[in-house]
Amino acid sequence: MTLEDLRELAEKEQARQAQYEHRILYCSSAGCVSSGCDAVEAELRKAIDDLGFTKTCEMIGTGCLGLCGEGPLVFVHSDPTLYQRVDANIARRIVEEHIGHGKKVADHAIDLNDPFFASQKKIVLENMGKINAESIEEYIAADGYEALAKALTEMSPEEVIAEIRKSGLRGRGGAGYPTGLKWDIVRKGVADQKYIVCNADEGDPGAFMDRSVLEGDPHRVLEGMGLAGYAVGANQGFVYARAEYPLAIDRLKTAIKQAEKFGILGNRIFESGFNFRIDIRIGAGAFVCGEETALLRSVMGRRGRPKVRPPYPSEKGLWDRPTVINNVETFANVAPIIRQGSAWFSGIGTAKSTGTKVFALAGKINRTGLVEVPMGIPLRSIIFDIGRGTPEGTEFKAAQTGGPSGGCIPKEHLDLPVDYESLQAVGSIMGSGGLIVMDNTSDMVDVAKYFMEFCMDESCGKCIPCRVGTKHIHTMLDKIIKGKATEMDFELLKEMCMMVKETSLCGLGQSAPNPVLSTIRFFQQEYTVKLKAATEFNDNGPVPLSVTKES
Amino acid sequence: MTQPEPQKHPSGDNRFKLLDRAITKHHSSGDALIEILHVAQGIFGFLENDLLVYIANTLKLPLSRVYGVATFYHFFRLKPQGEHTFVLCTGTACYVKGANEIQKSVEHHCGCKFGETTKDNKVSLISARCVGSCGLAPVAVLDDAVAGKLTAADAVKRISQWKEETKEVVA
Repeated sequence: MTLEDLRELAEKEQARQAQYEHRILYCSSAGCVSSGCDAVEAELRKAIDDLGFTKTCEMIGTGCLGLCGEGPLVFVHSDPTLYQRVDANIARRIVEEHIGHGKKVADHAIDLNDPFFASQKKIVLENMGKINAESIEEYIAADGYEALAKALTEMSPEEVIAEIRKSGLRGRGGAGYPTGLKWDIVRKGVADQKYIVCNADEGDPGAFMDRSVLEGDPHRVLEGMGLAGYAVGANQGFVYARAEYPLAIDRLKTAIKQAEKFGILGNRIFESGFNFRIDIRIGAGAFVCGEETALLRSVMGRRGRPKVRPPYPSEKGLWDRPTVINNVETFANVAPIIRQGSAWFSGIGTAKSTGTKVFALAGKINRTGLVEVPMGIPLRSIIFDIGRGTPEGTEFKAAQTGGPSGGCIPKEHLDLPVDYESLQAVGSIMGSGGLIVMDNTSDMVDVAKYFMEFCMDESCGKCIPCRVGTKHIHTMLDKIIKGKATEMDFELLKEMCMMVKETSLCGLGQSAPNPVLSTIRFFQQEYTVKLKAATEFNDNGPVPLSVTKES
Repeated sequence: MTQPEPQKHPSGDNRFKLLDRAITKHHSSGDALIEILHVAQGIFGFLENDLLVYIANTLKLPLSRVYGVATFYHFFRLKPQGEHTFVLCTGTACYVKGANEIQKSVEHHCGCKFGETTKDNKVSLISARCVGSCGLAPVAVLDDAVAGKLTAADAVKRISQWKEETKEVVA
C-alpha cells in the first residue's frame, strides 16, 4: 500500500457511499446496546427490505452519538436528523415517513442546534455518527491513515515529535504530561527494542470516554500508536484494555486484523522501512493497573503492583526498555494533529491546555452522555448548557471530576475554566474525564466515604500508608457518619489524609485522600454538624443519621 | 461440535486440550499468564487449585506466582458460580443515582451479601466497579444483559423470576 493506493481506496469508498441516497446510522455503542438498539437495528433493516429501499438506503452501526441517556439513537445522515428513544415502532416510522416521504418523525427528533451539540468541538469524536465502527474502508474515506502515510513518506521521526511538541498536546489520562516531551525522551533512549503502550484501562468509575472511542473509532487509536511507534523507533505496541469492555476489545481485534490485511500494520508499512505490530492485553479488574508502572507489570503477566519512579517508563518500561505509555484519548488526538498541523490544534483551547477534552457526563443531570469541548470552557456551560442542569426540583451541589483521585467542585466555582491548572487549583484534577454531577440529596461525607471505600479495596497493598491509611480514613469517615466522632477525630482525619497523600508510593495512594480533602475544603459544615451532634448527644448514644443528614 | 474422533487429553478431560492450544499460541510464555488465566476461566468457569497447578507446571512458573496473579485481580474467580449472575455496578454515577438501595434490597432478598452465591446455588451476586454505561445509571448486568435505569423493586423482581423459573422445571 502506498499513499496513492490509500487515496484511491478513499475515493472508491466515497463513491460507494455516494450511490446511496440515504445513510441511516444507528448508535452501536455500549450505552445504546444496553437500551436495546439490536431490536431497533433489526426492525430498521426489515422495514428497509419491506419497503424496497435496499438500493437507495444504506444502514450502518456507528460510534457513540453522545446522548447516552436518551438511547437508542438513530441518525439519518442525508437530511441530518437525530432520533432519540427509538423503539421498533418508531424505527419503522422513520423508514416509512422520513425515508419514504421525506417527512421527519417530529416527536422523536432532537434539535441539532441545541447547545448540547452546538457547544461541542469534535476532534477525538469527529467520526462518531459518521462512519461504520467496523469498517476500515470508511475510516480511510474519512481521511483515516492519511496522517500515518504522510509521516512515513514525507516526515522524519524528529519532525513528527516536533509537530506534537508544538501542538502542546498533553496526556489525557489525567496528569497532563506533555506528550511530545515524553516521546522525545523515548526517542533519545538507547536500546535494542522500544515499546508503545496504550492505556485503555479506564478504571475510574463514572468514566466511559475511552470505551466509546475504542468502540466507535478504533482505527484512530491504532493510527496514533503507529505514529508514536514511528516517532520513537518502536516496532511493537500493546493496547491494555479492561476485561469489562468486551465490545471494545472485539472492535479493536477486528480493526487490528483489517489494518494488517491492508498492510497498514505489520512489515514495511506504506512501503517504508517501518514495521509495527499491535497486540491486545486484557486486564483483569484492578484499578491500580491504571497507574503506569503497575500497568506495565500487568502487561508482562505479573501482579499489577507499582514501583518507584524514577526510572520512568520512558527510560525503563516494558522489559526494562524505553516505553511510551499514553492514554486512548491522547493517541486519538495524534493523527488529526499530524494531518492538520500543530498550529491548527494549538489554536483550540487555552495557551497551556490546548485542544479539546472528552467528558463523560453522568449523575444527577438531565442530559447524560459523551461530550467533547474545547479546553478552557467554563464548567457552568458544560453542566447547564450542554447537560441542561440538574433534574427539576433539585439543586446543583457539586461536580466531581477525576474519579477517586479527584475532588468535588462546588457551586462557587462553576465559572472555573476547565483546564489542567484551574482544576488543580481548586483541589481536583482533570482526570481521565468522568464528570459526575451531584444535587442536594447527596451527603458529601458519604460521598467521601464511597470513594475511600473504593481506594481501600483497590489499594494493591504494597506500601503501608496506602494500605493501612485508606482503611483508617474509611473507619473515621464511618464514625463521623454514625455520629460517634469528636472534634479530635476530625483533626486526626485531616492529619491522616495529609500523611497518606505525602508518603504513598504511587498515584493511587497519593491522590486517594483528595475526595476527603476537597469535601472538607468546600463542605466542612457537613462534617462539623455531625461532630457537634455527636458531642452533644454522646452520652445518650449515637445521633440518628436522619437528624444529622438534613442540615 | 462435529470434529473427527479427538484424541483424549492425558488427564481424561478434553477441556485441557483447548487450554493447551491457548498456551501454545502464547509460546508457553510466562508473560502471557493473565491471557492464559482468562482462557482457562472461560473454559472451566472458575480457577480451581488443580488448574492453577497445571498452568504453573506448563508455563514453568512457580505456583506462588500463578496463585498470586489469580488472587490479585478481581476478574478471576476461585470458586464456582451460581446458575445466574447479578452484577451490580457500584460506579460513581450509579452510586449517586442510588445503587445502594438496590444493593440492600437484593442482599435482603437473596439472604447473602455481594461477592457470595445464594444457598440454593441459583444466583451469584457480584459488584462491579463500573461497567461504563453511566448514562443509564443505575445499571446492573443480569446474565450478560445490561439493565439500565434499574430500581430496587425491578431488581428483586428479576431475581425472583430466576428462582421461579427453576422451581417450575422441578415441578
